[in-house]
Amino acid sequence: MLRPVAVATQPWHRSSYSTQALVGARLNVPIDYATTPLLAHTAQAALGQAELPAAVRSGTTKRMNLFQAVNDAMATALGEDESVLLFGEDIAFGGVFRCSMGLRDTFGDERVFNTPLSEQGILGFGIGLAAEGMRPIAEIQFADYVFPAFDQLVNEAAKFRYRDGTNGRHVGGLTVRMPCGGVGHGALYHSQSPESLFAHIPGLRVVMPRSPLQAKGLLLAAIRCNDPVVFFEPKILYRAAVEQVPTAPYTLPLSKAEVLKQGAHLTIVSYGQPLYTCLSAIRRAEEDLGAGLSIELIDLRTIYPWDKECVLQSVRKTGRCIVVHESMINQGVGAEVAASIQEDPDTFVRLEAPVMRVAGWSTPNGLLYERFNIPDVATLTPILPAVANC
Amino acid sequence: MPPACLALQRNASSLSPKPDSDYVAFPGAIKSVFTNKLNFEVPCEYSAMPTYRVIDQHGVAVNPAFNPDLSDEGVIKLYKDMLTISIMDIIMFDAQRQGRISFYMVSSGEEAACVGTASALTADDVIFCQYREQGVFQQRGFTLREFMSQLFANKYDMGGGRNMPVHYGSRRLNIHTISSPLGTQIPHAAGAAYAIKIQRMQNPAAPPKIAAVYFGEGAASEGDFHAALNIAATRSCPVVFICRNNGYSISTPALEQYRGDGIASRGLGYGMDTVRVDGNDLWAVRTAMKRARELALQDGGKPVLLECLTYRIGHHSTSDDSFAYRAKVEVEDWKRRDNPVSRLRKWLEARGCWNDAREKETRADIRKLILKAFGDAEKEQKPPIRNLFEGVYEKLTPDLRAQMKQLREHLDKYPEEYDVSEFDGGKDSLS
Repeated sequence: MLRPVAVATQPWHRSSYSTQALVGARLNVPIDYATTPLLAHTAQAALGQAELPAAVRSGTTKRMNLFQAVNDAMATALGEDESVLLFGEDIAFGGVFRCSMGLRDTFGDERVFNTPLSEQGILGFGIGLAAEGMRPIAEIQFADYVFPAFDQLVNEAAKFRYRDGTNGRHVGGLTVRMPCGGVGHGALYHSQSPESLFAHIPGLRVVMPRSPLQAKGLLLAAIRCNDPVVFFEPKILYRAAVEQVPTAPYTLPLSKAEVLKQGAHLTIVSYGQPLYTCLSAIRRAEEDLGAGLSIELIDLRTIYPWDKECVLQSVRKTGRCIVVHESMINQGVGAEVAASIQEDPDTFVRLEAPVMRVAGWSTPNGLLYERFNIPDVATLTPILPAVANC
Repeated sequence: MPPACLALQRNASSLSPKPDSDYVAFPGAIKSVFTNKLNFEVPCEYSAMPTYRVIDQHGVAVNPAFNPDLSDEGVIKLYKDMLTISIMDIIMFDAQRQGRISFYMVSSGEEAACVGTASALTADDVIFCQYREQGVFQQRGFTLREFMSQLFANKYDMGGGRNMPVHYGSRRLNIHTISSPLGTQIPHAAGAAYAIKIQRMQNPAAPPKIAAVYFGEGAASEGDFHAALNIAATRSCPVVFICRNNGYSISTPALEQYRGDGIASRGLGYGMDTVRVDGNDLWAVRTAMKRARELALQDGGKPVLLECLTYRIGHHSTSDDSFAYRAKVEVEDWKRRDNPVSRLRKWLEARGCWNDAREKETRADIRKLILKAFGDAEKEQKPPIRNLFEGVYEKLTPDLRAQMKQLREHLDKYPEEYDVSEFDGGKDSLS
């Protein structure tokens, strides 16, 4: 099935790992990043974001994809603060995803450098730097490879401030960036989204942007934040998501969700790439039902400590909620959101349907099976009117 | 200027092989000559790395030309530091046995390794510890009140009553707070040393300083040890790695910990200046550490490995009975025949600046001071209960605020189930 000959001579024969849509597919068509309203396609759209400071809103924008926005944020941070350092595996030449392009040439080998191939070393080193007042940005090449550093993050970075007490030292200057999520053919070790594992750790902040504009603002906020931040970058968006991004430095608030679309009948909570899937499904479902269905879409942005109030307010209004994420359903972010909704007395009494989770199966992400694993438009679309009871 | 070997390596990796060269030009290793003789390097064909010693078991300088770099009063101060730790160990071990503190770890047998190395550092040098380095804290000026406040977790404990006993830390003394996970502090020291290096590059007026990190031979089996030494070497960090090789990690003897020549032999593999010293000899550890510090500051900064051979005289901790895995007679022999405290005492007596009377008087004075601090600390209130929620993040999160309120309401409802009287401010701190 995978033989290249078959693919080459039979163009109708779909490669098993491709994300191309089947001819005739009505729901699972590729996300059109060029037209999605989740991205700011014009300068006005970018500068019109209410969260941006006035000075930024009267400035200029530049078209960037997500890796360029990450690069822009890091260049800003390195430029404005001498204590910012950037390191990880293969970042000196620009990084395997191009996020650190040109930064070593601009800021020097002392501040932008390769480390030996050792995740626990990278984070242990970063913690030591941060403990002595620096603001290190450590890169883990894939989120799948953060586990050797789990001890350093969980037992050291997260608890550093707490155990130091009135001594007052902390490693809040530390930001850990890592690409995450499915990319069509990443299989077991180039697809994972372990955000819920870190959301279980008091002391860490866990952030995942959905777009270039967000990536820049949230990453700068993470770097300036005095708590250690684990920053997940959906790698499928590195090149795919392109939008106008303000050229001036700016931050977006951590622990604040964003309502992307107002609605009355159902709240969808998600973050990262699945937001695009959710929006496609919402549009399809709303089109199918005409004016009878309107769905609210919320981007969590910060996964922990999360903006519970924003979600609860929305669900008090709509009475129904679906949480969508790529990573496994068991003990995932959806479990925390659903539990919080049902245990809030004011929200529980307004619930008109069980809170539902649409997420990855409780399996690893096998190479050939990603399309059956990660929630897609076909999974979501029929569920929406059903849950909304429309 | 990069060190010469580094410059060579850079060149080597950018060179293609010259025809008919005697040396390899593979980028992975330089200056390796070709050989047509198949020969595996065998560890036992190398003799063990020698152990540097300045004074012998009788307190006599091995090299008669040895010239102490401290006045007699200076050495007596260090001797008193060692005595203080050893006396505090006995008192606090018993205090744990009486249930007055929850846990304790003695450092008997390792007083010289800690006090001696710490005495060769400046107050600006940044230190990371494992947990058996009371001598480092004592030498730097950690007060008896600070020791006792931490052990009793009272309201003056800088850790806020959050850490187990013996997990000391002091910003004033530039010693990072101890944490239980083994080996994690080793790469921290590499990072701290790199921070120091960069900060000096950015501000050349800053005083030259290094990072120093202590760990046992058991912790050196952790991946973090490997990660730390390698990254410190590749980034040329001014850090001294100090291994206290005391022969045991809890019940595991060194023979089950590794099969190479201790920890020191590994330093060479990471491209690091390395020395092994007699850890029961205060003069040896002090002299070696002084030199290690100089080396660490050379060439823009580089890591150094120092292995102190010693013997863990005490049980691993108050939760351990070491006679379950080693003979009492072995411990007694070490205590009697080669004890760092008595060795230095012999040196001092031979110098004519110490005698039985001073010893007796000093021990009594130290004991009195410790018991006073003990009594005072035990009577103090515990830190506010609010400390449970504070310090997780820079600011309390809405979740933590809500949880604090929940706990307050719970305590209001069940006052008879919890004793809050020992906590500073009682339950009122929870708001």
